[in-house]
Amino acid sequence: MTEVIIAGIGQTEVGEHWEIGLRDLALDAIQDALKDAGGLKPQALFVGNMLAPNLSNQAHLGALIADYAGLTGIEAVTVEAAGASGGAALRQAYLAVKSGMVDAALVVGVEKFTDKVGAEVDEALATASDSDFEAVQGMTPASQAALLMKRYMHENNVPSNGFAGFALTAHANGAANKNAMFRKAIKPEIYAKAEMVSDPLNMFDIAPNADGAAALLLTRRDLLPRDYKNPLVKIAGSAASSDTLALHDRKDLLYFDAAQISAGKAMKQAGVILDQIDLFEYHDVFSIYAALQLEAIGFAIKGKGWELAANGDIGLKGRIPCATMGGMKARGFAGGAAGVYQVVEAASQLRSEAGANQIAGAKIALAQSLGGPASTALSHIIQSLD
Amino acid sequence: MEIPRHWRLKKQRYGLVGEVCPHCDHKIFPPRDVCPNCGDEAKEQYAFSGKGEVYSYTTVYEAPAGYEANAPYTVAIVKLDEGPMLTAQLTDVDNSAVEIGMPVEMVTRKMRNDGDERGLIVYGYKFRPQNFVPTT
Repeated sequence: MTEVIIAGIGQTEVGEHWEIGLRDLALDAIQDALKDAGGLKPQALFVGNMLAPNLSNQAHLGALIADYAGLTGIEAVTVEAAGASGGAALRQAYLAVKSGMVDAALVVGVEKFTDKVGAEVDEALATASDSDFEAVQGMTPASQAALLMKRYMHENNVPSNGFAGFALTAHANGAANKNAMFRKAIKPEIYAKAEMVSDPLNMFDIAPNADGAAALLLTRRDLLPRDYKNPLVKIAGSAASSDTLALHDRKDLLYFDAAQISAGKAMKQAGVILDQIDLFEYHDVFSIYAALQLEAIGFAIKGKGWELAANGDIGLKGRIPCATMGGMKARGFAGGAAGVYQVVEAASQLRSEAGANQIAGAKIALAQSLGGPASTALSHIIQSLD
Repeated sequence: MEIPRHWRLKKQRYGLVGEVCPHCDHKIFPPRDVCPNCGDEAKEQYAFSGKGEVYSYTTVYEAPAGYEANAPYTVAIVKLDEGPMLTAQLTDVDNSAVEIGMPVEMVTRKMRNDGDERGLIVYGYKFRPQNFVPTT
């Protein structure tokens, strides 16, 4: 059976990079990943991007980035699935290599948020929802997450600081990640006093939109260079699922079906059960999404996902460590790069290169990337071969 | 300017016209032509009563472009009496007085405008409390 290896990983620091454009961000991460892969040459490039046509008036990123990276001539396309674009691009690369049609495939997730600011960014983000029936009402992803969180707290009797654990964990883990946007732990009082963005969602329940790029080089095990030096990490499972685009069209708004289906399929393919997963990189663009993912995948029962954060179960030494390098909350949410950052970070954990944040003996990681309120969900099981 | 896109949705925006499935009688809004309940074709038009209740809500302070003039405003998911849910702004109500379960009814209001005086003004449905009494 073909084993798809993550041969190279690369990333830029996440932040407000006013001086760096879209193509340069992508190039940084690509060069990092190609160097890490020890000289492998990609035949295909899959770009994960969410909003460049909107934010930077730039479409056609496949050709742009392949050309700019000195890879003119290779197959190169963009994969778009809102916040899940990075995970979706990775899956296309995985399928290409797994099928044998491509020997080495490069994935780059890139997002350049700061070409626009304020209301224009909110308008752009809202294009990922149902434009005719959600965005037209002035609904934004953050306000949608807020009303989801309000209903969740109403049904499950969650205290007002019930979600604090997600932000506290993320910021504690981000402190030691040199690529994170925020590298400072926060105290519970900071969360309690934080400015309300859209009640009950405060500024610590929302990941910051920021610029960033992350890259992965995939190849088959038998094609690795003879002198390949990194510990071997493979993609053991890959799956995608979709749900209704509009949140109001769901039978149960508080259950992320697509998160459950895609995680279940990826785990089945990998032959892995929940107890074997050593760390989980979730899509904590909003803390309520993290809670709903923990429930959909089965780490918590319905209505109790928030308790894992409140109890410390998602900490580095907890039952199921999450957001181990700061997650989207502290590392920063770089749109179409977010799903690629997750896997770069998971791979560094499995290579035992995570420094102060290392999960001792980590062998299996789950990364899940969401588009909207899990209207798209991509799940990948990453496994150490050493 | 997105005139055709808004124009072709006028029945939904002004009349809350959805569909009813001829096979299972499931009421559908927004219209989608394939019944989400039984999977059969559902193209029969159905005008909703416009009555429902608030499933959940929040107040938006940082509005997206085109909506700044209205902020802060409250957006909600409303469960219509006939079954389906939809996303809508609430109006004619103190934002702090909204509650989950509050009975609401549809009204027609200005949704957004495209900026300058020649820009498109989009009208559509919003919801207000059913016990609303106009102050004169």
